[in-house]
Amino acid sequence: MKTENQKAWFFVLPVLLLVAFNALIPMMTVVNYSVQETFGDNVFFWEGLNWFQQILRSERFHAALGRQFMFTGLILIIEIPLGIAIALSMPRKGFWVPVCLVLMALPMLIPWNVVGAMWNIFTLPDIGLLGYFLNHVLGISYDMTQDPVAAWITIVTMDVWHWTSLVVLLSYAGLVSIPDAYYQAAKIDGASNWSVFRFIQLPKMKTVLTIAILLRFMDSFNIYTEPFVLTGGGPGNSTTLLSIDLVKIALGQFDLGPAAAMSLIYFAITLLVSWLFYTLMTKDDLN
Amino acid sequence: MAKITLSKLRHSYYPNPSQPSDYALKEIDLDWNDGGAYALLGPSGCGKSTLLNIISGLLVPSEGKILFDGQDVTELTPDKRNIAQVFQFPVIYDTMTVYDNLAFPLRNRGRDEEIVRERVMAIAEMLEVTDMLDHKAAGLSPDNKQKISMGRGLVREDVNVVMFDEPLTVIDPHLKWKLRSKLKELHQRVKATMIYVTHDQTEALTFADQVVVMQLGEIVQIGTPVELFERPAHTFVGHFIGSPGMNVMPCDLSGGQALFAGHPVALEGPVRGNANGTTEIGIRPEFVSLAESGLPATVTKVSDVGRHIVVECSVDGHKVSAVIEGDAPSKGDAVHLNFRQDQTRLYVDGWLATEPEGTS
Repeated sequence: MKTENQKAWFFVLPVLLLVAFNALIPMMTVVNYSVQETFGDNVFFWEGLNWFQQILRSERFHAALGRQFMFTGLILIIEIPLGIAIALSMPRKGFWVPVCLVLMALPMLIPWNVVGAMWNIFTLPDIGLLGYFLNHVLGISYDMTQDPVAAWITIVTMDVWHWTSLVVLLSYAGLVSIPDAYYQAAKIDGASNWSVFRFIQLPKMKTVLTIAILLRFMDSFNIYTEPFVLTGGGPGNSTTLLSIDLVKIALGQFDLGPAAAMSLIYFAITLLVSWLFYTLMTKDDLN
Repeated sequence: MAKITLSKLRHSYYPNPSQPSDYALKEIDLDWNDGGAYALLGPSGCGKSTLLNIISGLLVPSEGKILFDGQDVTELTPDKRNIAQVFQFPVIYDTMTVYDNLAFPLRNRGRDEEIVRERVMAIAEMLEVTDMLDHKAAGLSPDNKQKISMGRGLVREDVNVVMFDEPLTVIDPHLKWKLRSKLKELHQRVKATMIYVTHDQTEALTFADQVVVMQLGEIVQIGTPVELFERPAHTFVGHFIGSPGMNVMPCDLSGGQALFAGHPVALEGPVRGNANGTTEIGIRPEFVSLAESGLPATVTKVSDVGRHIVVECSVDGHKVSAVIEGDAPSKGDAVHLNFRQDQTRLYVDGWLATEPEGTS
């Protein structure tokens, strides 16, 4: 008979405790709030799935979700091709490689609220370098505190500035791992530059690009600090993304029940999209 | 298909080469005949891959010319030269099917889909990959991937030369043999000039009609496998080809007589020129035998390698190996060695300096 040894559980236990305390228990308190109503003093009333129904039917939530998808969609459409293009044009060897890599990494080292503050000042119409230049030198009316379009252009540009480097670095890592023989063989086969990109570089970058898109999706979908510091969700509600709206409901209005229900829906959407994307991208690799 | 001529070819990876050691290739003059099966054999770093890349056009030589059928192609890019190359690691286009992989070089050159189909089917049949044409190339085993890379080289019917850069490195030993005979068979069927680069003597000797042996950026000998084995033009060839390699022992020359460890050794024939420099005797272990009388030696090691026995002896501190059959002496025995005269040669500064009796 096979002897069973239960000691292995002791190795799993620390992880279990860690995950319990930093994820499971906090998450369960949110679940707890999402099905109850409270007026303080630790008094709770059972609400069932009411809050979920309310959030899913609320136009405010639909609008915020729409803005969120638009923001994430826009930055992905810009950052992924731009990141690949920059990675392709970076040198493969020589003196400039470390210079390029460090320059690329710089924006990512800046704390998020600092990025928001930087871009806020940078685009102010009266004193900001860019804002002043656009308004007073070029004569283009540009004020993100007044104009929703300007506000959107600013937050998207800021995110592109902050995070394209991540795509660049990941793509670059994928590119430099391609052996020279592939390029030599393509040359001998008479492949065009486009074919080299389409049939060698892109397939070899597929894994890192999947990770890049996934990271950028999750990060941008959950983005809070930068737009909060930059626009605070305004003008009006035009840049109120999901996370900003969530904080308004939870901490501004102190509606803990609806806020909890909304966080769970928010989490479910992030998880679902990530899972769908990852499954689609890796389904070929399985067989 | 074409005759390839390399004329006064030199190459250096340094921008301003000044001394001979700066050159990866030192003055190569060589003709590859149309339809020949050649092997380029040498140790790692001897310049064989450099030479190959110069022929394929991936590298432009520092000096000299490459001619295809008398036409100067030195400055032409690889796709203009119409050559094919198979690399050490199989290069396949992961996202394409096997069929599309094989069709790729033809489609890039704008051939009709009908001709593409005909060629791909013919090549697939030769390589025995017809049943996997619809498969994604990414899922193939390494040997099949390498077959597809070879197929991409052979699919163009008008290639001037097909070059193989150590193509069996990543293949399992039992499949190596199969692919090697496949290659030989392919050469006979398509009759294209083929150049096979390797550091493995078995691969070179089984594939090629003519073997070019290189060392330190120089060609030391060109010949058939038999010639390389029987009359190495340089002690390096003697060492490098054969297992164990040729015995090379220092000797003195006095009055046309070679003296090894104080004993006179009869050479195959007269010594050419005045023989100034380091003189050495070269004889393959296959032609050394143990006898009742002869050169006194002590046995230092006996290895039974299956078909025969390799006896390593020491003569005055110099190692001499003999390949024998039958009863082997044991370690420490005192024996006498006999050298077969017509296989005993003299090398001066590494180069062969004797001629067989009767040729001069």
